[in-house]
Order: sequence, then C-alpha cells, then structure tokens
Amino acid sequence: MAKTIRRRGTRTGKKSAIQEEHSKRIGIKILLILTLPVLIFIITGISATLGSADLTIWDAYSAILHRIFPEHFYTSWLSDICVWHLRLPRIAWAITAGFGLGISGAAMQAILRNPLASPFTLGISSGASFGVSLAIVLNLGFFGGMWLIIGNAFIFAMLCSGLILGLASIRGATSEIMILCGIAMNYIFGAASSLFKYFSTDQELREMSFWGMGDLGAFSWEELRIVMVLIAIGSFVLLRKAWDLNVMTVGDETAKSLGVESNRIRAIVMTASSLLIAGIVAFTGIIGFIGLVGPHMARMIIGADHRFLLPASGLLGGVILLGADTVGRTIIAPIILLVGSVTSMLGVPFFLYLIMKRRREYW
Amino acid sequence: MVMIKLETIDIVFSYDGNSGPMILDDVSIQLAPSRILGIVGPNGSGKSTLLKCIDKIIQPDHGSVLLDRREIMKMGRMEIAKKIGYVQQTISRGFPTSVFDTVLMGRRPHLSWRSDEDDDEKIWEVLRLLDIEDLALKYFGELSGGQQQKVLIARALAQEAEVILLDEPTSNLDILRQFEVMDIIRDLVNKKLVSAIIAIHDLNLASRYSDKIIMMRRGKIVSAGEPSYVLTADNIASVYGVEAIIRKQSEAPYIIPVGPIKTTMRQ
Repeated sequence: MAKTIRRRGTRTGKKSAIQEEHSKRIGIKILLILTLPVLIFIITGISATLGSADLTIWDAYSAILHRIFPEHFYTSWLSDICVWHLRLPRIAWAITAGFGLGISGAAMQAILRNPLASPFTLGISSGASFGVSLAIVLNLGFFGGMWLIIGNAFIFAMLCSGLILGLASIRGATSEIMILCGIAMNYIFGAASSLFKYFSTDQELREMSFWGMGDLGAFSWEELRIVMVLIAIGSFVLLRKAWDLNVMTVGDETAKSLGVESNRIRAIVMTASSLLIAGIVAFTGIIGFIGLVGPHMARMIIGADHRFLLPASGLLGGVILLGADTVGRTIIAPIILLVGSVTSMLGVPFFLYLIMKRRREYW
Repeated sequence: MVMIKLETIDIVFSYDGNSGPMILDDVSIQLAPSRILGIVGPNGSGKSTLLKCIDKIIQPDHGSVLLDRREIMKMGRMEIAKKIGYVQQTISRGFPTSVFDTVLMGRRPHLSWRSDEDDDEKIWEVLRLLDIEDLALKYFGELSGGQQQKVLIARALAQEAEVILLDEPTSNLDILRQFEVMDIIRDLVNKKLVSAIIAIHDLNLASRYSDKIIMMRRGKIVSAGEPSYVLTADNIASVYGVEAIIRKQSEAPYIIPVGPIKTTMRQ
C-alpha cells in the first residue's frame, strides 16, 4: 500500500518560510563577499600611511583617488610619489598574491577532496625552491639577469605539477593518487634543495632562506602586470568550473553520474591553479598559510558553494596577506618583517581559534 | 511488442581487461517503462558494477547499453546525465553542503554557470514532493540515514532523469525507513513515469516492490522474471547456499531464510 505523495504549495504560490530564509542566506553571502573589497580598501589606506614620510589617512586616499578621479581629488607631489611609487606597489602585490593563493587553494582542496591540499602539500613550492637553489648555487637556469631566479622558480613549479599530473594520469588521476604523487615530489625536491644548501656558501644560504620566507617588496608595477594577467586568466578558468568543483566534492562516481568528467576537470583545474601559484611564488618566494587557510576561513563564513567560495577565498587571501604585511611593517618599524613568516605567526592562532569555536564540522 | 526503456546487451566487464576475473559475464537485461527492476545476488555478484556500466561510470569491455534504443556508450556524459540518475550506495563525505545545494547539484547537466529562479523552483518542488522541504537548509551530514537517502533520490529527480539507478537504497535503514524509501520509489515510478533499477540485498523488499527481478551470481544472470518465478527455494539454495521457505503473501513471494546449506555444492 504505497503511501501517496503529498503535495504542498504550488508553483505560483507564495514563498514558504524556509524559501524566504534560503533567499536571505544567499543575500547575506553576497553581502559578505562585497564587504571584503571594502575591507581591502580600508587596509590599503592604513597601510599607505605607514613609512618614514608622515602621511595622514586622508593624504593616502587622496593620492590614490587622484589618479583615478583627478577632478575630484587633489594631492601633493610628495604624497603621490610616496603612495604610488613606494607603498602602493607593495600593497598591490600583497592583494594580488593573496588573491591568487586563496582562490587556487580553494580549487585544489575541491579537486583533491582534501582539506590539507595546498600548493605546499602538493610540492609545487618545493619545486620552485629547487629551481631557485639551482639558480643561486650553480647559477644554472633558463634565463639570465633578474629572470634567472624568477624563471627557474616558475619553470620548476610548473614542472613539479606537470610531473604530478603525468604520474597520476597513468593511474587515472584520482585525488588520492595525486596527493601521494604531490607528497613524493615534495620530498624529492626538498631533498635536492637540502643538498644544494649543504654545498652552498654562507651568502648563498642566506639568499635561499630569505627566498623561502617570502617578500612582497622586491618588485614593482612592471612585474606585477605579468602576474595580474596570469591571475586573471587562471581565476577565469577556475570560476568557470565552479559548478564542477561543487559536484566533485561529493566523489568521482557521483560527479560522473551528474555529467562531470572528473579526471578531465581535475587536470584543467590543477593546471590553472599551478599557473597561478607558480606565477606568484616565482616573484614573492614562498608565502605559506594563505593557500591552505584562506579557503577554510572563507568556507566557514560563506559555505561550500564554489560560485561564492572561490571569489571569497581569493578576496580573503588578499585581506589576510595585506593585513599581515601591514602588521609586519609596523611591529618593529623601521625593520620590515618578511611577510611569509608574519602570515603564519598571526594567522595560525586566529585559525585555531576559529576551529575551536565553531560547533559544526566543516570538513 | 513489449516496450523497452533501457536494455543491456551482452555486457562484459573485468578489471584488468581480458586477463582478470570476469565481474560481469554476458549480462543482458531489459527494463520496461515505468517499472521497477530489482537486481539481487550475493556480495560480489556484480550488481553494483552493472549499475555503473549502465551509467557509463565505468566502461564495459564489451556489449552495449541502449536507452530508448540509443547507444549510451556513444553519448556524452552530460547527455547521459540528463536521462539517467544514479543514487550511490556509499555516501562519500565531502565538504559540508546544505541539503538544498546537494539537490541543486542534480541541475548540473542542465546548467552552464548560474542557476535561475526556475532551477530553484524545481528544487523546491522536488523537496516538497519527497516531504523534505523542512530539511533544505540543514547540512547533509547532519541528517539521518533515511533522510540522506531521500535527499539523494531528490537529487536524481532534480536531474529530471527518466531512469533512476539505485544501489542498495535501504541498507543501513531501520525497517520503517526501508518501507518509506521503497514507497517513494514505487510512487515515483507509478506517477512520475520514471523507471528504476534497484540493486538490493533484502529479498523480501525486492519481492514486494519489483515488477521484475534478475538474480545474479558471479557476474552471470541465473534467473530473470517475475518475483514469484525468480525467488524460489531452489534458486536461493543454489545462488546463496541458504535453505529458505517461500510463503505466498499477496502475490509476492515471502522468503524465510532457515539457515546455510551444509553441503559440498557450495563454495
């Protein structure tokens, strides 16, 4: 005696309370995402006042906005130079790098269905490190001059992710195999870098360890443009795959039954993320933590729908990196702490607090 | 002529190509429109593998699957996903997702990037149909086994699938929830004109809800037909190695397992 299916509500009828609640939650998500650029704008203003020349927050904002709306905002020559030539490049690097690391971390966690996935657990940054050691110690690389280190870091990072993809594709590019291959790469490139350290001079060793701590102040607008283009392309690809990422988090077989060719999507997303990460790490050195934790924080706030999560992870990555750099420049000014270590030192306690505080399971 | 919604012809599958042991060996089945086909058989008899082959989640070594007489193996994945829904047995845990978003995944084959009001409305309709609208904003992981199973069926409905494949939909459910879930499937088949193939361990549920049953053993079909034809004491003895008493109860046979048969016939 089959129970008859109960029908409640009609297509044209009023929205039920739970539907209202659902719409409200979507609205809140969008609002939260829109808050992040505002936050970035605020920290930018604060950060632009820091330094040897005394600028007020108003000076800083006027200088920034003068170049965008020259009729409405006025600035002095000194403020303009200070802000646009000295401080804003660094700030823009922080936002850009944070965005790229955040968004690619979120995508990698989805395709690997693993909360621990990040550029670091996958060995991509070890690959970059190895390339840098090669450049510093043996002066060996693909390009000369300032591009020696950058080129090596980029190419070896991409090589590492290419190896992971290649090895994994032999066995069908499942998430488990990719993670294991990534860990293997991490060890092998790590070991090779250690060998170089053993044979390096003190100066070379110092240079290598600085690179490993991450720095935002080394490059200007010119190089930033290159990275921005990479990030725009990579982010576009990732955002286009947001739906597939949602579906892939529930498993390959279910994804396939919902029309998503999971191995192919995994390869595309892995390539796009690696391109982003390699592009950033090549210029800034290793900046840990953001690719792992930015997405987790975003997921706690926004939920696991990648159409919202990807932009939120990127923007939050920008907020965290810019915030950490601002703090790193203030604590023991005029000494500037390297941003890679500041993000971890400040971010980890906050992250642990979030994990302990939340009642619900998040992964 | 008998109408056929979906059929498989001589499906052969083994994990290591031709060298490995046969998981499916010349399996041919036919599913009529708006009918439930039950697949029974001991563990490892190839029930789940057959469902995966039908949905092209795994590619059979040989044989074909026809949906409305069209070869599935030649169709793209998105196209298949618009026609066939697959409700998996093991629920793999991903990142926490709300019930609404889980069901929304079923719209994936019909969407490019954004979902619109119509998609949302379809989800609400499906949730209402299965009487789980109240759960929409809960996390999937917070639900009980029966509720989770309903959500997964809802996802297949959101897919607007014409054929739904269910792998052990009642395992891990208490007896009341088993009936609830099977009733839902029966109702959907009766009213929504979907067809269902259900791999199921419980012979009595299979008997009660299936229009036709196939019984499998080691990748081969041993018996196929009406429940009363397939679920006989002899078949159960030879396929499961279990002695059973069969009672006739309102058309469907009712199976009372007595105990394992202790002969050398069985392995």
